[in-house]
Amino acid sequence: MVNSENIWKFLEEVADPEIPVLSIIDLGVVLDVVVNEEKCLITITPTYSGCPAMKHIENQIVELLSIKGISNVEVKQVLSPAWTTDWISESGRRKLLEYGIAPPVDEIDKSILFGDDPKVNCPKCGSASTRMISLFGSTACKAQYQCKDCLEPFDYFKCLK
Amino acid sequence: MNKELFEYVLRVGDDSLILGQRLSEWCGHGPILEEDIALTNIALDLIGQATNLFEYASQIEGGKRSADQLAFLRFDREYRNLLLVEQPNGDFGDTIMRQFLFDAFRKPFFERLTFCTDMQLSGIAEKSLKETKYHLKHSSEWVIRLGDGTEESHNRIQNSLDSLWRYTDELFFENDVDASLLNEYHLPILSDVKQEWIKNVENVLNEATLTIPNNNWQFKGGREGLHSEHLGKILAEMQYMQRAYPNMEW
Repeated sequence: MVNSENIWKFLEEVADPEIPVLSIIDLGVVLDVVVNEEKCLITITPTYSGCPAMKHIENQIVELLSIKGISNVEVKQVLSPAWTTDWISESGRRKLLEYGIAPPVDEIDKSILFGDDPKVNCPKCGSASTRMISLFGSTACKAQYQCKDCLEPFDYFKCLK
Repeated sequence: MNKELFEYVLRVGDDSLILGQRLSEWCGHGPILEEDIALTNIALDLIGQATNLFEYASQIEGGKRSADQLAFLRFDREYRNLLLVEQPNGDFGDTIMRQFLFDAFRKPFFERLTFCTDMQLSGIAEKSLKETKYHLKHSSEWVIRLGDGTEESHNRIQNSLDSLWRYTDELFFENDVDASLLNEYHLPILSDVKQEWIKNVENVLNEATLTIPNNNWQFKGGREGLHSEHLGKILAEMQYMQRAYPNMEW
């Protein structure tokens, strides 16, 4: 019989549909796995309220586990505790960078208007000389940046706390 | 069923839904690409919040209607959103000013709602607050840029403020629904929210060299289902598919 440790390991194979280099474990959206004789209960949480990937992730979990021979899988979504970018794993941060997305850096105080942008290094050339183009980007969790040295535009996975 | 709690959750959910629908009208029409993306990102956050709130409202109602049915199959009189959020997008300044007045309310509101004793509501508030902080930073900075920008942008956003100010008293509307829930659930006290709102609004508007109009005439009615003509038009578009093809899914 499988135990919850096996399930956690299996879930590393479920990719985030919008950032496929990250698994849902890297992203930190799996909060809990409980296995008993009747069923396997997996608790996940969305990154943002409107994250359109949640239903897809749920289906992928059920599908993957059924391939592994595990039926009676229930996936539950909870909102609290609310997800934070602090839950992205070290390996997740490394994978993001290799994929060309700058991982989150420290929180900026959002009540300070026109304050300094978060200091983000360019994921292509490593330069620290970058500028924020927009606080909002290609998905709810990203901002748009541009490198002032190699001029490459890039995504920054913005800090959410 | 707890009718008052249902009504309270609908208020918060309807504000998010209707403003989310309004902002999504900007999709493909933003003045610059980055703002097109920003406004629709904010719309997505709001519609996500609305989904969470309607799912909870549906539970309170005992599953009589699903979250989708609450969103798409009510009539205008059954919506509890503020008149402010249903006002037309107008120009970019009108949209930004509407957003700013609302975000400046939502942040202190959600901060307080995280302390309520209803775990579902406090969870939704905790989640939504993180998003709202980004929204407020975005709308505040634009109010200042436009207000303290060129003569043209200053005059236009001053006009936006003049025409939207009359909907701001309603942000703090309370009736017997609040009275019956307030103590039991430790819900936000709106007079406290108002104090923080006015302080922040005054700061940003000063920085933006804009003047709060001194007309005292204020509209209300949204919280009790009495809406402006604009809501009907929003619903006609938003509900079209479900009305024309009942129960359709994709």
